[in-house]
Amino acid sequence: MADIAVHEPEAGDPGHHDHGGHDDHDAHAEHVTSTGLSNNKMAMWMFLGSECLLFGGLISTYMLYRGRHSGGLGPDQIYDIPFTSVSSFVLLMSSLTMVLAVSAAARKDEPNTNLWLTITALLGATFVGGQVYEFTSFYREGLGFTKSLFSSSFYTLTGFHGVHVTVGVIMLLALVGINKRGRLTGKKAEVVELVGLYWHFVDIVWIIIFTLVYLIPS
Amino acid sequence: MSTTTEHVEHGHADDHDDAHSDHKPDSYYIKVALALGLITAGEVYASYADWLGRAFVPLLLIMMAIKFIMVVSLFMHLKFDNKIFSYLFYTGLILAILVYIAFLACFHFFSGN
Repeated sequence: MADIAVHEPEAGDPGHHDHGGHDDHDAHAEHVTSTGLSNNKMAMWMFLGSECLLFGGLISTYMLYRGRHSGGLGPDQIYDIPFTSVSSFVLLMSSLTMVLAVSAAARKDEPNTNLWLTITALLGATFVGGQVYEFTSFYREGLGFTKSLFSSSFYTLTGFHGVHVTVGVIMLLALVGINKRGRLTGKKAEVVELVGLYWHFVDIVWIIIFTLVYLIPS
Repeated sequence: MSTTTEHVEHGHADDHDDAHSDHKPDSYYIKVALALGLITAGEVYASYADWLGRAFVPLLLIMMAIKFIMVVSLFMHLKFDNKIFSYLFYTGLILAILVYIAFLACFHFFSGN
Protein backbone atom coordinates (compact mmCIF):
# COMPACT_ATOMS: atom_id res chain seq x y z
CA MET A 1 0.00 0.00 0.00
CA ALA A 2 1.46 3.29 -0.99
CA ASP A 3 1.92 5.72 1.82
CA ILE A 4 -0.59 8.36 0.87
CA ALA A 5 -0.91 10.69 3.77
CA VAL A 6 -4.02 12.70 4.27
CA HIS A 7 -3.25 15.80 6.24
CA GLU A 8 -5.67 16.03 9.13
CA PRO A 9 -6.12 19.62 10.35
CA GLU A 10 -4.73 20.30 13.78
CA ALA A 11 -4.95 23.40 15.91
CA GLY A 12 -1.77 25.39 15.79
CA ASP A 13 -0.43 23.52 12.82
CA PRO A 14 1.72 26.00 10.96
CA GLY A 15 0.97 24.33 7.65
CA HIS A 16 -2.74 24.66 8.02
CA HIS A 17 -5.02 27.66 8.39
CA ASP A 18 -8.27 26.88 10.16
CA HIS A 19 -10.23 29.55 8.36
CA GLY A 20 -9.96 31.59 5.28
CA GLY A 21 -9.14 30.94 1.65
CA HIS A 22 -7.00 27.88 2.22
CA ASP A 23 -9.98 25.82 3.33
CA ASP A 24 -11.58 26.48 -0.01
CA HIS A 25 -8.39 25.53 -1.75
CA ASP A 26 -8.08 22.28 0.22
CA ALA A 27 -11.65 21.30 -0.43
CA HIS A 28 -11.26 21.85 -4.12
CA ALA A 29 -7.89 20.14 -4.24
CA GLU A 30 -9.32 17.02 -2.58
CA HIS A 31 -12.39 17.11 -4.80
CA VAL A 32 -10.38 17.17 -8.00
CA THR A 33 -10.13 13.77 -9.68
CA SER A 34 -7.48 12.72 -12.18
CA THR A 35 -9.87 13.68 -15.00
CA GLY A 36 -11.24 16.76 -13.29
CA LEU A 37 -14.72 15.23 -13.64
CA SER A 38 -17.11 13.60 -11.22
CA ASN A 39 -16.29 9.90 -10.88
CA ASN A 40 -19.97 9.10 -10.25
CA LYS A 41 -21.02 10.79 -13.48
CA MET A 42 -18.22 9.10 -15.39
CA ALA A 43 -19.33 5.71 -14.02
CA MET A 44 -22.94 6.40 -14.97
CA TRP A 45 -21.99 7.27 -18.57
CA MET A 46 -19.84 4.12 -18.80
CA PHE A 47 -22.77 2.09 -17.49
CA LEU A 48 -25.09 3.67 -20.06
CA GLY A 49 -22.56 2.95 -22.80
CA SER A 50 -22.54 -0.71 -21.77
CA GLU A 51 -26.34 -0.71 -21.66
CA CYS A 52 -26.30 0.32 -25.33
CA LEU A 53 -24.63 -3.02 -26.03
CA LEU A 54 -27.24 -4.94 -24.05
CA PHE A 55 -30.15 -3.34 -25.87
CA GLY A 56 -28.25 -3.42 -29.17
CA GLY A 57 -28.07 -7.21 -28.85
CA LEU A 58 -31.74 -7.52 -27.90
CA ILE A 59 -32.94 -5.22 -30.70
CA SER A 60 -30.73 -7.06 -33.22
CA THR A 61 -32.21 -10.38 -32.13
CA TYR A 62 -35.74 -9.05 -32.48
CA MET A 63 -35.04 -7.57 -35.92
CA LEU A 64 -33.73 -10.92 -37.11
CA TYR A 65 -36.60 -12.98 -35.70
CA ARG A 66 -39.60 -10.70 -36.13
CA GLY A 67 -40.66 -12.50 -39.30
CA ARG A 68 -40.31 -15.97 -37.72
CA HIS A 69 -43.84 -16.72 -36.53
CA SER A 70 -44.71 -19.64 -38.82
CA GLY A 71 -47.98 -18.15 -39.99
CA GLY A 72 -49.16 -17.56 -36.42
CA LEU A 73 -49.69 -14.21 -34.79
CA GLY A 74 -47.17 -11.73 -36.17
CA PRO A 75 -46.37 -8.06 -35.62
CA ASP A 76 -48.93 -6.85 -38.16
CA GLN A 77 -51.83 -8.72 -36.53
CA ILE A 78 -51.12 -8.00 -32.91
CA TYR A 79 -49.74 -4.49 -32.38
CA ASP A 80 -52.08 -1.75 -31.23
CA ILE A 81 -50.32 1.34 -32.60
CA PRO A 82 -52.66 4.01 -31.11
CA PHE A 83 -52.30 2.50 -27.63
CA THR A 84 -48.50 2.19 -27.89
CA SER A 85 -48.29 5.74 -29.27
CA VAL A 86 -50.00 7.08 -26.14
CA SER A 87 -47.61 5.01 -23.96
CA SER A 88 -44.65 6.42 -25.90
CA PHE A 89 -45.93 9.95 -25.44
CA VAL A 90 -46.31 9.35 -21.68
CA LEU A 91 -42.69 8.13 -21.43
CA LEU A 92 -41.49 11.05 -23.56
CA MET A 93 -43.22 13.52 -21.25
CA SER A 94 -41.67 11.80 -18.25
CA SER A 95 -38.31 12.83 -19.71
CA LEU A 96 -39.52 16.44 -19.61
CA THR A 97 -40.59 16.16 -15.95
CA MET A 98 -37.26 14.49 -15.15
CA VAL A 99 -35.23 17.29 -16.71
CA LEU A 100 -37.39 19.79 -14.79
CA ALA A 101 -36.53 17.89 -11.58
CA VAL A 102 -32.82 18.08 -12.43
CA SER A 103 -33.20 21.79 -13.16
CA ALA A 104 -35.01 22.36 -9.84
CA ALA A 105 -32.32 20.40 -7.98
CA ALA A 106 -29.62 22.57 -9.55
CA ARG A 107 -31.49 25.63 -8.23
CA LYS A 108 -31.71 23.92 -4.79
CA ASP A 109 -35.51 24.13 -5.07
CA GLU A 110 -36.36 21.06 -2.99
CA PRO A 111 -40.20 21.18 -3.11
CA ASN A 112 -40.21 21.35 -6.90
CA THR A 113 -37.46 18.71 -7.15
CA ASN A 114 -39.61 16.28 -5.14
CA LEU A 115 -42.74 17.25 -7.08
CA TRP A 116 -41.20 16.66 -10.52
CA LEU A 117 -39.52 13.43 -9.37
CA THR A 118 -42.87 12.14 -8.11
CA ILE A 119 -44.64 13.09 -11.36
CA THR A 120 -41.87 11.36 -13.33
CA ALA A 121 -42.33 8.21 -11.24
CA LEU A 122 -46.10 8.32 -11.81
CA LEU A 123 -45.67 8.70 -15.57
CA GLY A 124 -43.17 5.82 -15.55
CA ALA A 125 -45.59 3.68 -13.56
CA THR A 126 -48.33 4.53 -16.09
CA PHE A 127 -46.06 3.35 -18.89
CA VAL A 128 -45.29 0.09 -17.07
CA GLY A 129 -49.01 -0.40 -16.39
CA GLY A 130 -49.65 0.03 -20.12
CA GLN A 131 -47.00 -2.55 -20.90
CA VAL A 132 -48.50 -5.05 -18.46
CA TYR A 133 -51.92 -4.48 -20.09
CA GLU A 134 -50.39 -4.96 -23.55
CA PHE A 135 -48.59 -8.18 -22.56
CA THR A 136 -51.78 -9.54 -20.97
CA SER A 137 -53.89 -8.80 -24.05
CA PHE A 138 -51.25 -10.35 -26.35
CA TYR A 139 -51.16 -13.47 -24.19
CA ARG A 140 -54.95 -13.75 -24.26
CA GLU A 141 -54.87 -13.50 -28.04
CA GLY A 142 -52.57 -16.52 -28.06
CA LEU A 143 -49.10 -15.00 -28.22
CA GLY A 144 -47.24 -16.88 -25.49
CA PHE A 145 -43.55 -16.41 -24.75
CA THR A 146 -42.58 -19.70 -26.39
CA LYS A 147 -45.11 -19.53 -29.23
CA SER A 148 -42.55 -18.44 -31.84
CA LEU A 149 -39.14 -16.86 -32.26
CA PHE A 150 -40.95 -13.58 -32.88
CA SER A 151 -42.85 -13.72 -29.58
CA SER A 152 -39.77 -14.77 -27.56
CA SER A 153 -37.62 -11.98 -28.94
CA PHE A 154 -40.46 -9.43 -28.60
CA TYR A 155 -41.22 -10.27 -24.96
CA THR A 156 -37.51 -10.41 -24.08
CA LEU A 157 -36.76 -7.01 -25.61
CA THR A 158 -39.79 -5.11 -24.35
CA GLY A 159 -39.71 -7.00 -21.03
CA PHE A 160 -36.09 -5.98 -20.40
CA HIS A 161 -37.04 -2.40 -21.16
CA GLY A 162 -40.03 -2.63 -18.82
CA VAL A 163 -37.76 -3.92 -16.04
CA HIS A 164 -35.47 -0.94 -16.61
CA VAL A 165 -38.41 1.47 -16.34
CA THR A 166 -39.58 -0.29 -13.15
CA VAL A 167 -36.08 0.02 -11.63
CA GLY A 168 -36.14 3.71 -12.62
CA VAL A 169 -39.49 4.24 -10.89
CA ILE A 170 -38.13 2.57 -7.72
CA MET A 171 -35.02 4.78 -7.88
CA LEU A 172 -37.16 7.92 -8.29
CA LEU A 173 -39.48 7.07 -5.41
CA ALA A 174 -36.53 6.12 -3.20
CA LEU A 175 -34.85 9.42 -4.07
CA VAL A 176 -37.97 11.38 -3.12
CA GLY A 177 -38.26 9.46 0.16
CA ILE A 178 -34.60 9.92 1.08
CA ASN A 179 -34.68 13.59 0.11
CA LYS A 180 -37.82 14.28 2.16
CA ARG A 181 -36.21 12.74 5.22
CA GLY A 182 -33.14 14.91 4.66
CA ARG A 183 -30.88 11.88 4.41
CA LEU A 184 -29.48 12.67 1.01
CA THR A 185 -25.83 13.42 1.67
CA GLY A 186 -23.28 14.92 -0.66
CA LYS A 187 -24.22 16.77 -3.80
CA LYS A 188 -28.00 16.48 -4.12
CA ALA A 189 -28.09 17.99 -7.59
CA GLU A 190 -25.63 15.40 -8.86
CA VAL A 191 -27.59 12.49 -7.39
CA VAL A 192 -30.76 13.74 -9.10
CA GLU A 193 -28.80 14.26 -12.33
CA LEU A 194 -27.45 10.68 -12.23
CA VAL A 195 -30.93 9.22 -11.77
CA GLY A 196 -32.06 11.56 -14.55
CA LEU A 197 -29.39 10.23 -16.92
CA TYR A 198 -30.62 6.69 -16.30
CA TRP A 199 -34.22 7.78 -16.87
CA HIS A 200 -33.46 9.57 -20.13
CA PHE A 201 -31.55 6.52 -21.32
CA VAL A 202 -34.61 4.37 -20.73
CA ASP A 203 -36.54 6.91 -22.80
CA ILE A 204 -34.12 6.88 -25.73
CA VAL A 205 -34.18 3.08 -25.80
CA TRP A 206 -37.97 3.28 -26.11
CA ILE A 207 -37.64 5.85 -28.92
CA ILE A 208 -35.72 3.18 -30.87
CA ILE A 209 -38.03 0.30 -29.87
CA PHE A 210 -41.16 2.28 -30.77
CA THR A 211 -39.88 2.98 -34.27
CA LEU A 212 -38.11 -0.28 -35.11
CA VAL A 213 -40.47 -2.70 -33.37
CA TYR A 214 -43.92 -1.09 -33.60
CA LEU A 215 -43.95 1.37 -36.50
CA ILE A 216 -41.81 -0.33 -39.14
CA PRO A 217 -43.77 -3.35 -40.39
CA SER A 218 -42.08 -6.72 -40.82
CA MET B 1 -9.55 9.04 4.40
CA SER B 2 -13.22 9.09 5.27
CA THR B 3 -12.78 12.33 7.18
CA THR B 4 -11.37 13.92 4.09
CA THR B 5 -14.21 12.71 1.91
CA GLU B 6 -16.86 14.02 4.29
CA HIS B 7 -15.04 17.31 4.51
CA VAL B 8 -15.24 17.64 0.76
CA GLU B 9 -18.85 16.55 0.45
CA HIS B 10 -20.15 18.90 3.09
CA GLY B 11 -17.78 21.64 2.23
CA HIS B 12 -17.67 23.55 -0.97
CA ALA B 13 -18.48 20.79 -3.38
CA ASP B 14 -22.00 22.15 -3.93
CA ASP B 15 -20.68 25.58 -4.77
CA HIS B 16 -18.15 24.04 -7.08
CA ASP B 17 -20.87 22.12 -8.84
CA ASP B 18 -23.16 25.10 -9.22
CA ALA B 19 -20.42 27.15 -10.75
CA HIS B 20 -20.13 24.62 -13.55
CA SER B 21 -23.82 23.82 -14.03
CA ASP B 22 -25.14 24.77 -17.43
CA HIS B 23 -28.86 24.35 -17.03
CA LYS B 24 -31.26 26.11 -19.34
CA PRO B 25 -34.53 27.75 -18.22
CA ASP B 26 -37.53 25.44 -17.85
CA SER B 27 -39.25 27.02 -20.86
CA TYR B 28 -36.39 25.74 -23.04
CA TYR B 29 -37.00 22.14 -21.96
CA ILE B 30 -40.76 22.52 -22.49
CA LYS B 31 -40.11 23.69 -26.08
CA VAL B 32 -37.81 20.70 -26.67
CA ALA B 33 -40.48 18.34 -25.27
CA LEU B 34 -43.12 19.91 -27.54
CA ALA B 35 -40.85 19.37 -30.54
CA LEU B 36 -40.34 15.74 -29.46
CA GLY B 37 -44.10 15.30 -29.12
CA LEU B 38 -44.67 16.73 -32.59
CA ILE B 39 -42.06 14.43 -34.12
CA THR B 40 -43.71 11.45 -32.39
CA ALA B 41 -47.07 12.53 -33.84
CA GLY B 42 -45.35 12.75 -37.25
CA GLU B 43 -44.02 9.22 -36.83
CA VAL B 44 -47.46 7.84 -36.00
CA TYR B 45 -49.01 9.73 -38.93
CA ALA B 46 -46.32 8.38 -41.26
CA SER B 47 -47.10 4.82 -40.18
CA TYR B 48 -50.66 5.29 -41.53
CA ALA B 49 -49.71 7.29 -44.65
CA ASP B 50 -49.65 4.82 -47.53
CA TRP B 51 -48.72 7.55 -50.03
CA LEU B 52 -45.19 7.74 -48.57
CA GLY B 53 -44.26 4.52 -50.35
CA ARG B 54 -40.56 3.67 -50.18
CA ALA B 55 -39.78 6.89 -48.32
CA PHE B 56 -41.63 5.55 -45.26
CA VAL B 57 -38.81 3.59 -43.57
CA PRO B 58 -36.02 6.17 -44.18
CA LEU B 59 -38.35 8.93 -42.97
CA LEU B 60 -39.14 7.04 -39.77
CA LEU B 61 -35.46 6.31 -39.17
CA ILE B 62 -34.58 9.99 -39.64
CA MET B 63 -37.30 11.08 -37.19
CA MET B 64 -36.12 8.44 -34.70
CA ALA B 65 -32.52 9.67 -34.99
CA ILE B 66 -33.60 13.31 -34.49
CA LYS B 67 -35.54 12.39 -31.35
CA PHE B 68 -32.65 10.30 -30.05
CA ILE B 69 -30.10 13.07 -30.59
CA MET B 70 -32.40 15.72 -29.08
CA VAL B 71 -32.90 13.74 -25.85
CA VAL B 72 -29.22 12.79 -25.55
CA SER B 73 -27.87 16.25 -26.38
CA LEU B 74 -30.41 18.51 -24.68
CA PHE B 75 -32.10 16.52 -21.89
CA MET B 76 -28.99 14.54 -20.93
CA HIS B 77 -26.84 17.67 -21.42
CA LEU B 78 -24.29 15.81 -23.51
CA LYS B 79 -24.06 18.82 -25.82
CA PHE B 80 -23.00 21.07 -22.95
CA ASP B 81 -21.03 18.54 -20.91
CA ASN B 82 -17.44 17.34 -21.12
CA LYS B 83 -16.57 15.50 -24.34
CA ILE B 84 -15.33 12.45 -22.39
CA PHE B 85 -18.94 11.60 -21.51
CA SER B 86 -19.85 11.80 -25.22
CA TYR B 87 -16.97 9.46 -26.10
CA LEU B 88 -18.01 6.95 -23.43
CA PHE B 89 -21.63 6.89 -24.53
CA TYR B 90 -21.15 6.99 -28.28
CA THR B 91 -18.47 4.25 -28.07
CA GLY B 92 -21.10 1.96 -26.57
CA LEU B 93 -23.66 3.06 -29.14
CA ILE B 94 -21.34 2.54 -32.12
CA LEU B 95 -20.33 -0.88 -30.77
CA ALA B 96 -24.03 -1.76 -30.48
CA ILE B 97 -24.62 -0.75 -34.10
CA LEU B 98 -21.60 -2.83 -35.16
CA VAL B 99 -23.03 -5.80 -33.24
CA TYR B 100 -26.27 -5.40 -35.19
CA ILE B 101 -24.42 -5.21 -38.51
CA ALA B 102 -22.35 -8.28 -37.57
CA PHE B 103 -25.54 -10.17 -36.62
CA LEU B 104 -27.21 -9.30 -39.90
CA ALA B 105 -24.11 -10.18 -41.89
CA CYS B 106 -23.75 -13.57 -40.16
CA PHE B 107 -27.37 -14.53 -40.76
CA HIS B 108 -27.23 -13.30 -44.33
CA PHE B 109 -24.02 -15.14 -45.21
CA PHE B 110 -24.83 -18.41 -43.45
CA SER B 111 -28.47 -18.69 -44.44
CA GLY B 112 -27.49 -19.07 -48.09
CA ASN B 113 -29.61 -16.12 -49.29
